Amino acid sequence: MKKQKLIANIIKTIVVCGLLVLYIVPFIFVVVNSFKESKDVTANPLALPANFSFDNYVEAFKVMNYSNAFMNTLIITLVSVAIIIICASMTAYIMVRKKWKITKYLFFIMVISMIIPFQAIMIPLVKIYGSIGMLNSKWALMYMYLGFGVSLAVFMYHGFIKSIPMELEEAAMIDGATRFQTFWKIVFPLMKPTTMTIVTLDVLWIWNDFLLPSLVLVSSDERTLQLSTYYFSGTYSVNYGLSMAGLMLSILPVLIIYLFLQKGIIGGVLQGSIK
Amino acid sequence: MGNEKSFWGKFKTFSIYAGPSTFAFLTVMIIPFIYGVYLTFTSWDGLSEIHKFIGFENYIAVFKDTEFWTSLGFTGWYVLATVIITNAIAFLLAYVLTTGMKGQNIYRAGFFTPNLIGGIILGFIWKFVFSNILVYIGENFNLPFFETSWLADPKKAFWTLVIVAVWQYSGYMMIIYVAGFMNVPKDILEAASIDGANGFKKMKSIILPMMIPSFTVCLFLSLQRGFMAYEVNLALTGGGPYKTTELISMHVYNKAFLSQQYGVGQAEALILFIIVATVTLIQVSITKKMEVEA
Repeated sequence: MKKQKLIANIIKTIVVCGLLVLYIVPFIFVVVNSFKESKDVTANPLALPANFSFDNYVEAFKVMNYSNAFMNTLIITLVSVAIIIICASMTAYIMVRKKWKITKYLFFIMVISMIIPFQAIMIPLVKIYGSIGMLNSKWALMYMYLGFGVSLAVFMYHGFIKSIPMELEEAAMIDGATRFQTFWKIVFPLMKPTTMTIVTLDVLWIWNDFLLPSLVLVSSDERTLQLSTYYFSGTYSVNYGLSMAGLMLSILPVLIIYLFLQKGIIGGVLQGSIK
Repeated sequence: MGNEKSFWGKFKTFSIYAGPSTFAFLTVMIIPFIYGVYLTFTSWDGLSEIHKFIGFENYIAVFKDTEFWTSLGFTGWYVLATVIITNAIAFLLAYVLTTGMKGQNIYRAGFFTPNLIGGIILGFIWKFVFSNILVYIGENFNLPFFETSWLADPKKAFWTLVIVAVWQYSGYMMIIYVAGFMNVPKDILEAASIDGANGFKKMKSIILPMMIPSFTVCLFLSLQRGFMAYEVNLALTGGGPYKTTELISMHVYNKAFLSQQYGVGQAEALILFIIVATVTLIQVSITKKMEVEA
């Protein structure tokens, strides 16, 4: 019986390890080839680089206009997520605490709207915002992320605020706090777990989004990392070493953050999907 | 806070707390959606200011657009394959990684990694793997299966899309199944063991029924993502060879933004929306019915 269990454990470990290698190996191919010259990649993509040179990285950094794209992505992601958190938490709060007709209808419409895929909206969206000259700006993009992201965030906050006892707020109000203060000083800090979940989901979404920025951000100065990687790898697809270095550059920031925050990220995704 | 009995008092409170969200939500989601429905009944070509009302002509054009139906059928097979394989692998991984293996958190984190990275980048990575690495292996180790790039053959290109989607999403679904496994009450399992139930019996009569909520979520997410897949498709196959691997999202995009047939494109987008909504609602209502209480 014990021996059987041991064998079962060994088989399990081998299968899982093997699968994990299969999952990770594409990244390793990219890393290895990003240090090679293009002709060495074509000659043998499996060989280790003859000498470690960062030439490809330096070149890719320049051609992709990396620092600019990185800053664009960072600003767009941080500001959009911050606006979503602020607006959605307040909206959910008023929806739970004030049972007016409008708050009920709005909540209902928001929940229903979550099944509308982006593809069903993108054509009229481009048409409307193009005709009022709001395309090709980071700010328009952030505004759109608010519009697209707010429903899910409101839905998640809504579920959480319901569990916060009214007495807590009443006590604060008796002590002289306005509702606005009560919300930010008492209610909002209590919602930290939900906030972390929404931040995780929305950062992953906005950082990696491609379709919406590709429609909104037309000029090359405004490009996000996903966009500049797309144009870069499209143009240099034959220069393998360079193109692999470009891919690595856009993966690295996420991987570094993941190394430190993997528990939080996985937890956030988990919480987000159960609701 | 002012007087909330009057209409204006209510309006003021509402605008302060929910004003910005409501405005953005209406102008970004709802108005474009309604306007999109209107667009399908007009002859807008993307450039002119004139919208002529043309009734159902765009929808008739959709029914005549054979490429749309081919693409839809292709997407159907793609969704079927990815949903089944992704969930099977994710479920098995979650099962193994909740048995108390050494280092199971590291494994979980490893399998989840592809989800952190944008579809465009994942597509390019796999393009390199399929058209360089595997071809090289095929040529040098005499494996004719790999000798020509999979991306050049329509049948194999289909499977490249499936492989990448499974690779991308199975880690995500695994996390959800892990939570499901951890929610199965230990005392019920112990009671079953004492009553003489073996592993298979426990899986069939206890674990699977208790895991239905996880299946509801995972099936919903994988169905939706399957129908909406675009980035990997664009970077990996670009719809080729010869438009044989054009998933429905790419078809709609190209119809509108490349062929400039906005009305037809929007009509196709709406049909896609109705299909996805119907399929996912049916799925959720079926799996919800199967849920049991502990």
